[in-house]
Amino acid sequence: MSRIPNAFAKGTAFIGFVTGGDPSPAQSEAYILSMIKAGADLIEIGIPFSDPIAEGPVIQEANLRALAAGTTVDTLFALVRSLRRTTDVPLVFLSYLNPVLHYGYERFFATCQEAGIDGIIIPDLPFDEKDELQAIAAAHDVDLISLIAPTSANRIANIARDATGFIYLVSSLGVTGVRSEITTDLESIVRVIRSATDVPVAVGFGIHSPEQAHAVAKLADGVIVGSAIVKQIAADPAGASNKLYEYVREMKAALGA
Amino acid sequence: MMADKKRGRFGDFGGQYIPETLMNELLDLEVSYNHYRQDAAFNAELKELLDNYAGRPSLLYYAARMTADLGGAKVYLKREDLNHTGSHKINNVLGQTLLAKKRGKTRVIAETGAGQHGVAAATAAALLGMECEVFMGKEDTERQVLNVYRMELLGARVNAVTSGTQTLKDAVNEAMREWVSRVDDTHYVLGSVMGPHPFPTMVRDFQAVISAEAREQLLEREGTLPAAVIACVGGGSNAIGMFYNFIGDKNVRLVGCEAAGRGINTSQHAATIAKGELGVFHGMKSYFCQDEYGQIAPVYSLSAGLDYPGIGPEHAYLHQTGRAEYYPVTDDEAVAGFEYLAQTEGIIAAIESAHAIAYAQKLVPTLSAKQCVVICLSGRGDKDVAAIARYRGRNVHE
Repeated sequence: MSRIPNAFAKGTAFIGFVTGGDPSPAQSEAYILSMIKAGADLIEIGIPFSDPIAEGPVIQEANLRALAAGTTVDTLFALVRSLRRTTDVPLVFLSYLNPVLHYGYERFFATCQEAGIDGIIIPDLPFDEKDELQAIAAAHDVDLISLIAPTSANRIANIARDATGFIYLVSSLGVTGVRSEITTDLESIVRVIRSATDVPVAVGFGIHSPEQAHAVAKLADGVIVGSAIVKQIAADPAGASNKLYEYVREMKAALGA
Repeated sequence: MMADKKRGRFGDFGGQYIPETLMNELLDLEVSYNHYRQDAAFNAELKELLDNYAGRPSLLYYAARMTADLGGAKVYLKREDLNHTGSHKINNVLGQTLLAKKRGKTRVIAETGAGQHGVAAATAAALLGMECEVFMGKEDTERQVLNVYRMELLGARVNAVTSGTQTLKDAVNEAMREWVSRVDDTHYVLGSVMGPHPFPTMVRDFQAVISAEAREQLLEREGTLPAAVIACVGGGSNAIGMFYNFIGDKNVRLVGCEAAGRGINTSQHAATIAKGELGVFHGMKSYFCQDEYGQIAPVYSLSAGLDYPGIGPEHAYLHQTGRAEYYPVTDDEAVAGFEYLAQTEGIIAAIESAHAIAYAQKLVPTLSAKQCVVICLSGRGDKDVAAIARYRGRNVHE
């Protein structure tokens, strides 16, 4: 059974992202455990890709660092197995489709199930193409996380109706990265989603400050933070575990406040 | 419509593997394209631009000296190099930019490798009064300084892309990132038969004029269809344009020539059909040069226009079904073809097109004098002269 519902069972969820293997698998594991200790409710692990077209510069560079360190899909399965010895916090992969296709869908999702992955976010697999692998993912109890964007409009209800795990609501146009403000009318999008499904909604893209997290918590079930975490890792790989612990505690406090 | 599995597919290839943010834009683009392609006024306006601005129809030139020298089939050259801006790229950019204007867009963006497509896009934008931004790998901006200035002269802004390998694939990545950020007033004029649906179909339709003309011109001249048509393939837009109206003519061989760089047994090539594997990238399922983990591989060709790790999905399908044939051509062979055409026919072709010339030098002697072949001369070679000189050890710089 997917562990994802646990993440949303006790108030607004904090979802933290790291690129797996940036700058090394062992350091990724330390960062993840540190965020979990600080109260992170779900962790997204990015599978590095040579050409991440939905990412801004911060996560693009993290992808390159992870690849330069020799990270592969199997490296990250080993990381997940290791994490599963100490934590039951839901873990999801974020991957572009090609590394998954290349690994083989059946083999990939069977290994996800065995290792303890609960879901997957694939930024270049929209609703219209999800038949590509949804049945295989479902057969192995891996939730295919649906994305909804500010431009989704008439597509929102259809996407929401089929959603499993949680819905990733993209806060803004553009690529991932820290933003000073979010101008999308998230409230009206969430309203349409709520009318179609009970699956929780988490908002990501651009969120970095406790104030933003607090504002998003009023209308969604979770906040996703990626670039702001990856930035701290890039700036100080050795000190990032401690810094991320403090950062996640601060963000968690803002969600509850 | 969402459930229709055939939509935007060539067999299993193609599709729309693109972030959700762009989906409504792509769906709307498809609807308006399907509307305008049937619209008499739009087609008349486009034809006017093609005929009286770009200079269509392009010549079908009988290469008598090449024919005599090679001693086989009669050789015809489809002279896309004589179009305004010097290549087939203008066919597609006029179509897409006019469509973008009809759809109420005020800005176009484009990727470019050598600069041919960027120059064509900047030209169409200037003509139709639209803002234009071109994304070009930093390495390519240095290799093609003149084309950068040419685009700027035409009023476009050129962004040097510093991510990844700083070449064509990264320029496409960056143009897609820009489009996701600003989709409202902006159309992305993709330069080849690649990317998510409807681009591979739409760009093919705009380039199909090449084979529509060539078929008619050859029938008129020779009263027969060609035994083969030959074109170079990067993403594959001039090739699909050259093939399209012959696909139904089962006796016409469709021959694509891809860039083998320093050889397909080295790591320095861009031979997607010979060495690539099934993958999903840049919005489409097709064949891509990639490593054992599904990371897109750095590719290499002397020809910046063929220096791309993928191939359009319709080509993947034509290859899979055996309808078209694809052969790798090395840098050495292409340069020899470049020089051969210059010295035999007095035509300086683009180094991209020279890949097709090089393969024709092998194929033509195996055919009979009663047969004809048509080679698509996709672009002119002024842009390549300095690089070829350096390839031959002459220190020439622009």
